[in-house]
Amino acid sequence: MDAFALQVFNGLDKGGAYALIALGLTLIFGTLGVVNFAHGALFMLGAFCSVSVNKLLTLSKKVKDESITFFDAFKEQPYLELWFGDTGKVIVDYSVPISILIAIPVMLLIGLIMERGLIRHFYKRPHADQILVTFGLAIVIQEIIKANFGANPIPLSAPDVVSGSAHIGSLLGLGDAVVYPWWRLVYFAFSTMVIAAVFAFLRFTTFGMVVRAGMEDRETVGLLGIDIDRRFTIVFGLATVVAGLAGVMYTPILPPDYNMGMDFLVLSFVVVVVGGMGSLEGAVAAGFLLGILQSFASMNEVKAIIPGIDQVIIYLVAVVILLVRPRGLMGRKGVMED
Amino acid sequence: MSKTYTKHSDLILLVVFSGVILTMPIWLAPLGAGYPDLMQKFAIYGLFAIGFNILFGMTGYLSFGHAAFLGVGSYSAVWAFKLLTMNVIPALFLGLAMSGLFALVIGYVALRRSGIYFSILTLAFAQMCYNLAYSVLTPITNGETGLQLSGKDPRVLDSLMGVVAGEGLPSTDLFGLKMSGYPGFYFCAVILIIGFFISLKIFRSPFGMMLKAVKSNQNRMNYTGLNTRPYTLAAFVISGMYAGMAGVLLAVTDPLAGAERMQWTASGEVVLMTILGGAGTLIGPVLGASLIKYAENIFSAFNDTVLHEMYASLPDVLENSLVWMISHFVGDGWHLTLGALFMVIIIFLPGGLVEGGQRIVKSVRRISGRDADDPVSTPAG
Repeated sequence: MDAFALQVFNGLDKGGAYALIALGLTLIFGTLGVVNFAHGALFMLGAFCSVSVNKLLTLSKKVKDESITFFDAFKEQPYLELWFGDTGKVIVDYSVPISILIAIPVMLLIGLIMERGLIRHFYKRPHADQILVTFGLAIVIQEIIKANFGANPIPLSAPDVVSGSAHIGSLLGLGDAVVYPWWRLVYFAFSTMVIAAVFAFLRFTTFGMVVRAGMEDRETVGLLGIDIDRRFTIVFGLATVVAGLAGVMYTPILPPDYNMGMDFLVLSFVVVVVGGMGSLEGAVAAGFLLGILQSFASMNEVKAIIPGIDQVIIYLVAVVILLVRPRGLMGRKGVMED
Repeated sequence: MSKTYTKHSDLILLVVFSGVILTMPIWLAPLGAGYPDLMQKFAIYGLFAIGFNILFGMTGYLSFGHAAFLGVGSYSAVWAFKLLTMNVIPALFLGLAMSGLFALVIGYVALRRSGIYFSILTLAFAQMCYNLAYSVLTPITNGETGLQLSGKDPRVLDSLMGVVAGEGLPSTDLFGLKMSGYPGFYFCAVILIIGFFISLKIFRSPFGMMLKAVKSNQNRMNYTGLNTRPYTLAAFVISGMYAGMAGVLLAVTDPLAGAERMQWTASGEVVLMTILGGAGTLIGPVLGASLIKYAENIFSAFNDTVLHEMYASLPDVLENSLVWMISHFVGDGWHLTLGALFMVIIIFLPGGLVEGGQRIVKSVRRISGRDADDPVSTPAG
């Protein structure tokens, strides 16, 4: 039971990331009808927003280390600490959550530029062309990041308060053995919040209503005199922000490198397919489901029975789902069936 | 597309193609590419792209997992070198058989869906192969190190034939002819020409017509009561075998196989080669593959020092800024160029260079006003 609960928790944070990326992919696909292979790169860009903010905040200069009295020692001290003392320290400590504030406008801007500059010219082109051009874009973004930040992973740390492990076992009455890093719980909570916000936005605002109507029948909405293209541009920006936020908050879990997006992209596509192309709920459900499934597959007991299953479980599930339920778990009729 | 292909013109095309390929050492020398290692790559990746084109160019199914077959071919070939003999012939057949088998299994499943689902399915299968090659299949693939020859390999056939293993690692051969340097290139070139010939035959055959019909409207084919899946599956297996053959040749020229050959960026590269040249054309894939490999070779060789020398005549400020800008695109930045090229080709020239060439020919004819009632017929475009 303990081991079971632990694996479920283990799957939640990864599942959260899959769900967020898959949600964005589905939004873009459902509204614009574009298959965006650059979405993983956007996730990665979000992570590097976090890296840049952290670098900015920890800009430092050499100061004399007062604690060592035998000889002249110097240490790096961030300007923020010099200027604001303890407040500065706290700000540096919270660099990852603070990055969210920067990442939202930055990612929104990137998304809008991308849609206006490139994607909109590909609405009428075949899906193969869309896949290929966004694939090229992903390579370009990756290489730019690599040129600026190097190829090595850059570790970032979560704020001190949540850097330890939570004894969720004793909290839930499962036994003390079940401990789990706080930050991953934070990530899970964060991802559910973002998902809830996106759904609320689509469900309860007029804007969201128009977007949903546009996903159902673009032409009719256009005939009603609504500039659907402009709305969809904003939806693209929204999806970019969601992917970016997923990346920002993921940095303490996985040190970002320029290639991280590709791994997540392939998996997220599989998630979208399993969930059902064009179904937002399906994407979220499949994201968490596959995340948890993957963490179960990486248990030693399971690996002892079927070696290597942890590496392929997601793909295997996708293959089976596509063959048994071609539309995915919650796919709708008429989406991507031409 | 004109319909005036005759046996005669196809023969001319084949002869010209063979001539161009076989004389590569001569006419590539002034371009700085006339050495065997690079020309082998042209031939091998040309073959890979021809095979990919039989699937993508003819049926319109975009596979994002073709590198997996290349990897399977390489691994099989190295195993043949390890277990049987250093002669390349058994390796060829083993590689073809294995990649064909893999393609049959993967194709059987993946071809149940079309469009983007097919792309994602093939991608999933390729990633699966790649991940497995790195983890549990390590006894077969030797994981990250890659599969290599070693002095302790049995080589059953070789020892039966009484071939005495010399000092160090043996090299691949074709009945005694060492497969390094120019013999290696000519071996690859001959196989490329055979591959081209087969592809030409497929293009002109009823089977090829069927594949093109699948591309233009699969629904209509199904409505007429025709089951298209055997045809697409056959195309998938054939193109998988081409990829496997390319993998074998990679192992022949350098007996080493690594899992990174199966990564999905490698699959993306062959897509780019095919599209750059012109998907659905005969010559396009070879052209695209050679151009990409040539550019990779040229661009990767540049570094800051070379650039500074090139622009030494310019004023310092200009020189430095120019070098700074260009240095992102060459050397380690080659992939950036590749990605950008990818985008530019898709955006502006989705039909590839062959189509671009045809357009130029057309507009030239229009300007010279000769095409009043003469439909443009470009040979074998």
